[in-house]
Amino acid sequence: MSTFWRSIWAYRGFILGSVKREFQSKYRNSLLGAAWTIINPLSMIIVYTVIFSQVMNAKLPGLNATYGYSIYLCAGVITWGLSAEITTRAIGMFLENANMLKKLSFPRITLPIIVVLNAGLNFGIIFGLFLLFLAITNSLPGWVTLAIIPVLLIQVVLSTGLGILLGVLNVFFRDIGQFFGIFLQFWFWLTPIVYPVSILPDNVKQWMVFNPMYPLITSYQQILVQAQWPDWESLIMPLVTGFVLSYLGFKTFKRHAGEMVDEL
Amino acid sequence: MGSIHVKGLGKAYRQYKNRWSRLAEWVSPSHKPRHQLKWVLQDINFDVQAGEAVGIIGINGAGKSTLLKLITGTTQPTTGGVHMTGRVAAMLELGMGFHPDFTGRQNAYTAGQLLGITSEDMAKLMPDIEVFAEIGDYIDQPVRVYSSGMQMRLAFSVATAIRPDILIVDEAMSVGDAYFQHKSFDRIREFRKLGTTLLIVSHDKTAIQSICDRAILLSAGHLIMQGKPEAVMDYYNAMLAEPGPQQIRQNLVAEGQIQTVSGSFDVELAKWELTNTKGEPLEVVTTGQTVQLKVTARVNRAVDQLVLGFMIKDRMGQPVFGTNTHHLKQTLYDLQAGQNIQFDIELTANLGPGTYSVALALHADHSHVGKNYEWRDLAVVFNVVNANHIEFVGVTCLPHRLTITA
Repeated sequence: MSTFWRSIWAYRGFILGSVKREFQSKYRNSLLGAAWTIINPLSMIIVYTVIFSQVMNAKLPGLNATYGYSIYLCAGVITWGLSAEITTRAIGMFLENANMLKKLSFPRITLPIIVVLNAGLNFGIIFGLFLLFLAITNSLPGWVTLAIIPVLLIQVVLSTGLGILLGVLNVFFRDIGQFFGIFLQFWFWLTPIVYPVSILPDNVKQWMVFNPMYPLITSYQQILVQAQWPDWESLIMPLVTGFVLSYLGFKTFKRHAGEMVDEL
Repeated sequence: MGSIHVKGLGKAYRQYKNRWSRLAEWVSPSHKPRHQLKWVLQDINFDVQAGEAVGIIGINGAGKSTLLKLITGTTQPTTGGVHMTGRVAAMLELGMGFHPDFTGRQNAYTAGQLLGITSEDMAKLMPDIEVFAEIGDYIDQPVRVYSSGMQMRLAFSVATAIRPDILIVDEAMSVGDAYFQHKSFDRIREFRKLGTTLLIVSHDKTAIQSICDRAILLSAGHLIMQGKPEAVMDYYNAMLAEPGPQQIRQNLVAEGQIQTVSGSFDVELAKWELTNTKGEPLEVVTTGQTVQLKVTARVNRAVDQLVLGFMIKDRMGQPVFGTNTHHLKQTLYDLQAGQNIQFDIELTANLGPGTYSVALALHADHSHVGKNYEWRDLAVVFNVVNANHIEFVGVTCLPHRLTITA
């Protein structure tokens, strides 16, 4: 295990360099450059807030604030985006870097780390803007906001575990990448992100206990919309699922890392 | 520091009948194997001592690159293992991982990071890298505007920025233009002098013979020979001839050298000697002397074509001069069994002092790769002394004239 951490430490330059490079490469040949990193998420927040709160005048049941639904929507969509990015990028990471994996010798575990850090960076920007928006509209929930941090950590563990597991499997069975794209769509719409859970019929609602994203997203909504501490007990399920998936992910990765190169 | 131990190394790829059988193997509770193993390397054993230079040769597909990948750890072995000491730098493919939209400098940093060099150390190495690569202002241009030669220059400069304990090179000698080839080769030689262990795959005979202490010959995934580069190269050369009814023999001759004889022996060398103009055999030749190479060939089975080739090699096995009767436009046609043919070649031995050998070959067409009747390395060995010529260095005395104007 110590060699594992040592190799990550030895390649910290490569990890941080890759994150920086990937971030820069997106806007490399554009005139506005880094400005796009702000413009893109900003426009998304504007769409959700202005369109839904002003144009469509959408309201959450039992909540009268102007931006109530907008905040509800952003709390779910932005955090969901983090999970979606980590998993989809992790699924493709070995295939995308096939050439490097075949020709160079470097610790393979750096690849998922780069994926997570990159997704985290993108998330940080958009979430920072969102918090800024909350501050401007005077809707910051106060100290409760800090509760987001542990919830985020659980979410990252869950997504990373799932991503690595599927990423390794995808090298051998390419159907997984295709399938997961579809699966993610269903998962998104079957999680109360756009709609409140209360509109679901009871026979559908009872299935929510199997959706590890449900308690996570609900926690964000609770923190940011209702300014309440999340229901910590409900987070045990995603935490345990996260650890199980991470364990399976790393085990599969360790067992098949060598064979993977032959298959690329 | 810098030794390599390869023990029982083997690599096999799993072959499944179809995509579903892999799934079946993975999910079935018994994990019953449903694949076949395709061996590309088997039972490879060798040691490289610290400071030694070893060349790996073999035809395409013999497993050379796989061996290097196993040694560098890019690919996991199926059996056996590799043990190495010291810092390893591998140049399996130069310019891997260069991102076209980033500048040469940025890419150099990334390439360095991939070798485990930190940014601070890279910042210190960067001036040297720039000087060695000699790509000028291009260093701050995106790599997409680079020529392939410039990419190679930069990649080589980064890969060799720090002297490694072990340097592993795959066909990278042909880096860029002739100028840079010399430069990169010089750097490798310099590393050698400072004690770097070298493991190199190359088809370049000159490279292997001039830099390596030992050569390893791979064929169809097996290590079939290792030893002095000249002997292994000669054997490899004999192997290159068209597969078919032919034998390869290696005999130990004087001074511990290994002679390779190969061919189908449809036509064989019956008698050969190096003589002076009076027909007396020679062992010592003086620089500038006129000598005769007399070769008698005996036809054992009727052949369509017969060409005699000869090649004079220096002590290191480097060719000095060689040609054949095809190039001299005297190919013989339609020979009957039992015929004896006498070849007389007159040469002016404008050679520098030293030991030389003559390789003889009987074959059809312009080279021995088509039909090889007999190839004989070290057929004649002779010494050259400079008795009555001006003093000079090198393997040959070029005709020259000096004019000095004051």
